[in-house]
Amino acid sequence: MPTGFNLNYLIYLFQGMGWTVLLSLLAFVFGGLGGFLVMLARISRIEAVRRIANVYIQVVQGVPLLIILFIVYFGLGILGVSMPPLVAAGLALMIYCSAFLGEIWRGSVEAVPRTQTEAAECLALTRWQVLRDVVLPQAIRIATPPTVGFLVQVLKSTSLVSVIGFVELTRAAQVINNTIFQPFAIFGIAGVMYFALCYPLSLWSRILERKLNVGRR
Amino acid sequence: MSVAVKLEDVHKSFGAVEVLKGVSFEVAPGEVVAIIGRSGSGKSTALRCINRLEKVQSGVIEVCERQVNDAKLDLRALRQDVGIVFQSYNLFPHLTIAENIMLAPRRVKHITRAAGRALALEKLAQVGLEEKIDAYPEQLSGGQQQRVAIARSLAMSPRVMLFDEVTSALDPHLTGEVLRVMETLAKGGMTMIVVTHEMGFARRAADRVIYMHMGTVWESGSADILTNPQTPELQDFLANEL
Repeated sequence: MPTGFNLNYLIYLFQGMGWTVLLSLLAFVFGGLGGFLVMLARISRIEAVRRIANVYIQVVQGVPLLIILFIVYFGLGILGVSMPPLVAAGLALMIYCSAFLGEIWRGSVEAVPRTQTEAAECLALTRWQVLRDVVLPQAIRIATPPTVGFLVQVLKSTSLVSVIGFVELTRAAQVINNTIFQPFAIFGIAGVMYFALCYPLSLWSRILERKLNVGRR
Repeated sequence: MSVAVKLEDVHKSFGAVEVLKGVSFEVAPGEVVAIIGRSGSGKSTALRCINRLEKVQSGVIEVCERQVNDAKLDLRALRQDVGIVFQSYNLFPHLTIAENIMLAPRRVKHITRAAGRALALEKLAQVGLEEKIDAYPEQLSGGQQQRVAIARSLAMSPRVMLFDEVTSALDPHLTGEVLRVMETLAKGGMTMIVVTHEMGFARRAADRVIYMHMGTVWESGSADILTNPQTPELQDFLANEL
């Protein structure tokens, strides 16, 4: 007979939560870097670059994260590129996030009035200076609420990487439940842990939204 | 430099619509030229062609000895020589007034932050707004924002200043304060091309008035043409303007 829930299981869950946080951070940081490049490509002056970036976004947005994960982990494994689950998971999340963030940020950059760019260009600033000093600071305000909203989604989506054998929070809860079979207690605790991670992000997003709306008047 | 700005038979179309149908005029250094005309007469487009905000289909545009309609044009060099002020001010809302003014001198001419601030203060004094140096654009009235926009342009020490209906968004009181700044600038010897609906300004400050109609220079001359127009179109335009 299985024994009851004890401290060791709780520690195990917290370890899983730690991996969830780490995976989310990997997704945020590398997805953010990739997303910035995708955004730059989408607003490039060169049409071919814009098109390639667009195809990338369309493909990634049209494929479930789970499939990307399988392709990266198992697909590349068969091709002889075997990698530890953490690297595979990080890579898949980066591919996924960079497409979505790239598109969110492109929209934000293009939401900055064209006249701002025009005025800056008329002051003899280079294209890069116009972007850095005039457009991006204004685009960041516009981009913050949808970006944080997307990050909440990503944090929850990291549960999918359990399928490649990665023991993050969801998988840890599953493992414990297989031993002691107390699904309400175990998954309830896991749910509370996810909530404890996501709610502050949501709250922060709402505060930012309010602040930015006031700023816009 | 015998000619600051020269347009010769300039043609410009947006799609199938020809907006400029052979525009020619010259502006001497230190001259103040007012361009008047109805909406859609091509006056703003002509102005925007001068610093290549618009590319033209044919014709010659020469600004400070540069061929603007030349593929090899150094666009940034041109824009250091030519300042422009827009109807909608277009200040950068995330930067203070000081930062708005010193951004381009710091980035383009690589001056220090301290020198940039001193320059901002000097240019703000010129438009009478020193006390607003640390304010943000949204804290200023439209007239004040437009004066800052003028100061921002002047901070790059341009040789020619373009004004694109800069008072059209302002009420008469605020219009007055902006026009006074421009008149002072004109007296100081700045080369200015001013697209405007302010006939009073044209009369007081312009060395020459150009009346544009249907994409061409229809009539031009000293400010006298405003009281003594030669063509029926200008007579008609002036009658409606007053």
